[in-house]
Amino acid sequence: MKPLLELKDLRVRFRSRSSLSALINGDRDPFVDAVNSVSLQIGEGETYGLVGESGSGKTTLARSIIGLVKPQEGSIRYDGTEIIGMPSSQMKKFRGIVGTMFQDPVGSLSPRMTIRSLLAEPFKIHGMTGRDLGQEVNRLLEMVGLNRDFGSRHPHQLSGGQARRVGVARALALNPKLIIADEPTAGLDVSVQGEILNLLDKLQAELGISILVITHNLNVVRHITDRMGIMYFGRIVEQGPTSTMFDQPSHPYTLALLSANPEPDPDAVIDRLELQGEVPSLLNRPPGCEFHPRCPFVEDNCKSTFPEITQLSDDHSYRCHHPRHVE
Amino acid sequence: MSDTTTRLDTTQLPGNWQNFRRALKRVLREPLGALGLTLVVFVLVSAIGADWFSSHEPNKIDIKSKLQPPSAEHILGTDQLGRDIYSRVLVGGQIALKVSLVSIGIALVIGLSLGLIAGFGPRWLDNSLMLLFDSVRSFPTVMFALAVVTLFGPSLNTVMIVVIVTQIPIYGRMVRSQTLALRDAEFILAERALGAGFFRIIGMHMLPNVIGPLLILASMDIPFVITIEAGLSFLGMGVRPPTPSWGTILNDGYSYIYNTPWPVIAGGIPVILTTLGFTFLGESLRDVFDPKLRKEI
Amino acid sequence: MATENVLEISKLNVGFATERGMLKALRDVDLSIPVGSIVGVVGESGCGKSTMINAIIGLLAHNARVSSGSIVFEGSDLLQKSERELRDIRGTRISMVFQDPMVSLNPVLSIGTQMIDIQYRDAISKAQKRARSIEMLNRVGIPDPESRLNNYPHQFSGGMRQRIAIAMALQAEPALLIADEPTTALDATLEVQIIHRLRDLQHSMGCSILFISHHLGVIAELCDYVVVMYGGEVVERGTVRDIFHRPAHPYTCKLLECDPARIVETTRSLPTIPGEIPDLANLPRGCIFADRCDRKIDICSEVAPSTSELAGHHWTRCHLAAAEPTA
Repeated sequence: MKPLLELKDLRVRFRSRSSLSALINGDRDPFVDAVNSVSLQIGEGETYGLVGESGSGKTTLARSIIGLVKPQEGSIRYDGTEIIGMPSSQMKKFRGIVGTMFQDPVGSLSPRMTIRSLLAEPFKIHGMTGRDLGQEVNRLLEMVGLNRDFGSRHPHQLSGGQARRVGVARALALNPKLIIADEPTAGLDVSVQGEILNLLDKLQAELGISILVITHNLNVVRHITDRMGIMYFGRIVEQGPTSTMFDQPSHPYTLALLSANPEPDPDAVIDRLELQGEVPSLLNRPPGCEFHPRCPFVEDNCKSTFPEITQLSDDHSYRCHHPRHVE
Repeated sequence: MSDTTTRLDTTQLPGNWQNFRRALKRVLREPLGALGLTLVVFVLVSAIGADWFSSHEPNKIDIKSKLQPPSAEHILGTDQLGRDIYSRVLVGGQIALKVSLVSIGIALVIGLSLGLIAGFGPRWLDNSLMLLFDSVRSFPTVMFALAVVTLFGPSLNTVMIVVIVTQIPIYGRMVRSQTLALRDAEFILAERALGAGFFRIIGMHMLPNVIGPLLILASMDIPFVITIEAGLSFLGMGVRPPTPSWGTILNDGYSYIYNTPWPVIAGGIPVILTTLGFTFLGESLRDVFDPKLRKEI
Repeated sequence: MATENVLEISKLNVGFATERGMLKALRDVDLSIPVGSIVGVVGESGCGKSTMINAIIGLLAHNARVSSGSIVFEGSDLLQKSERELRDIRGTRISMVFQDPMVSLNPVLSIGTQMIDIQYRDAISKAQKRARSIEMLNRVGIPDPESRLNNYPHQFSGGMRQRIAIAMALQAEPALLIADEPTTALDATLEVQIIHRLRDLQHSMGCSILFISHHLGVIAELCDYVVVMYGGEVVERGTVRDIFHRPAHPYTCKLLECDPARIVETTRSLPTIPGEIPDLANLPRGCIFADRCDRKIDICSEVAPSTSELAGHHWTRCHLAAAEPTA
């Protein structure tokens, strides 16, 4: 099955602040790789969870897909067409086909506009003014379970959950085949998180959309994604079917993430893999496996040899010299 | 009452009509704000209705009645040519407001546009515009005014040109820094992700969020411009006689101040009242629109 | 019953005067923190936890009205104290840590300067203050603190900054540390580290902690007692085991149900609590949770329930609990 979205060896670099000191030091690279050699595929109707902590590069990755950030190497193909280097008129069209939801539910809505105008924006931007915009807006509001009189409100008058729904409605306005959702449950109370996720799920079932969910919340990923990829330091260290990865994680970082979630049970005995230290600075890439300074299972070859991708099965792969759970 | 218009009314204060009314109420609650608003309204009404409220022809000379103190016939007395000061002051108000509103208005529109483009556009454009602004700003205002007057001769238009050119960089810089701050705001990214283009973003999303403080700043510049005009006219570099600007009234009155103080008083008080009015109102508006001072649970 | 309480809030009623009327943010709130214990406050947006904290440290907004109640700290009522007396207490006897460490840290001063500055009340030499700061930074897990004293906050990662904020808060060895969502913005692996640090510090210093969070897992792992708040009221209170193993109030039960970490079976349809919190300026008759409760009976919409003691430290505000006395 041809994938809807395909990323191959994607690399996104940023100029680091110390370009001057790089000059002084002579051999230092003035760039940092926020996203390094990332490959992934999302099929039609599939939900893919990209999991990573701060600094992992996941947000940069999402932004490069919709062209807000320009990758230096690699390819991004949507339905077979290459996105990188697209002329701006085509890019504009592409942005009409891919729906995006941003992290801050209220902050991603233009503060001085009413909800009605915000939802009409996508149509106006893409020149679809022939339609009855009022009707379209009502249709969208209904789709996400919001009352029609929300249309005349302003973003700051909405609760986090309501604003999030508006974000979903806006992403869906032009019937996209792919939605990129950046931290869809961030800032939402636990009782409301389920609402948004259920909504996304329902819409996906009805409309057959693919969803790329970017999050650091593994609990969410477990429930709504088909496949997931774990990002660390700009690379995907393990990816595969969600259920498989939860049952048999291979990469130590995956293990650590899975065990890091405190259970809501004071008597829970957690076989916790506690990582020491923090994510190193992008300016100081550790040699060999980039995770080795924090890995509880580190061995000698980890410090010198960079681990290539090992294909465990058709769709499960990882980068590790000494994976866990591989019988 | 939903808002589906895409065209923006740039003279609209932040928020919609409800917010405006609420803001107005808050302004009136503060004593200085209420005073400022009253003075401004008073000045505006008397200027607009100058022709109706005048008792005499402002330029009508009547030497027999020169330098008279206030009386029933001449409410504020007469000047050295027997002209009715009261009527001259009213018409002078018209001129003052015309000069200030028009020149500030033009400076505002140009400054806003350039500021938005500088803030959101490419780096090189930003750098060029900032260089331009800083060059203009570093030129001492008075010298610039003198230069323009020498080139184009003293007139109302001269005054306006000076004001416009000196105010554009100030407004432009302010708008630019606000735009820069908004550039990475999430809702701007969201609009870009939707496919919105450069002009749509600056016009529909940057502008409304940036214009509020600018309008308040501009409104507080109105008295400043009025005093510039009065000053230049007083020095003989602005409006030509017999046009009754407040500055010329002051100028004329100054020569005869030992005969009678009334012309100077009559010419000076409107300037004071207008300045105070706009300043109080502007400061009150600024406080009202400062989100930090607003307590809403 | 606990022997001594470092903080005891009794029948606290706080309202805010707004254009729409008096917003009753806290109603009849009782909360006690025994000496040397960690009390967790769980609640979602609008439950009043921020208002409660502000009431404790005396930083309520100017339109707040405390209509009744007392907050007794170390024997005296904080609500009766003058601003100067409160200032003496803040930072010495009661310290705070916020969600955003940059609320506590001055971005233009080095952390060494800041940590030495806050010891201004102590009559010891600068060298001694410096030594104390280094020791404190060590205790919160900052590697190589002596060399980092001259660094500025932006040179540290988010997790490090939070540790520094905690170090600053605990420097004066307060009797009570109030932590308002300190780990909410951090990744799971970091959260775990910081929670453990806090627990260790609390044991060695013997202070009490009031820990606010909506992350149930963290509450379960860290706290001794838990208080559940909803819409301005305390709806349930008990030991951590009482709350997580024997939840009595329907809201608590629902909250636990909704936490995705608790849901054992993977599901694409997550439970939620439909509806929203009522308008606090127009309180409904009867129980505050009635219109969202799935177990309500007739009396719930008519009469507000009073507290029912269930066992020892465990009590709740619910008609159902009053009706059935538990063993």
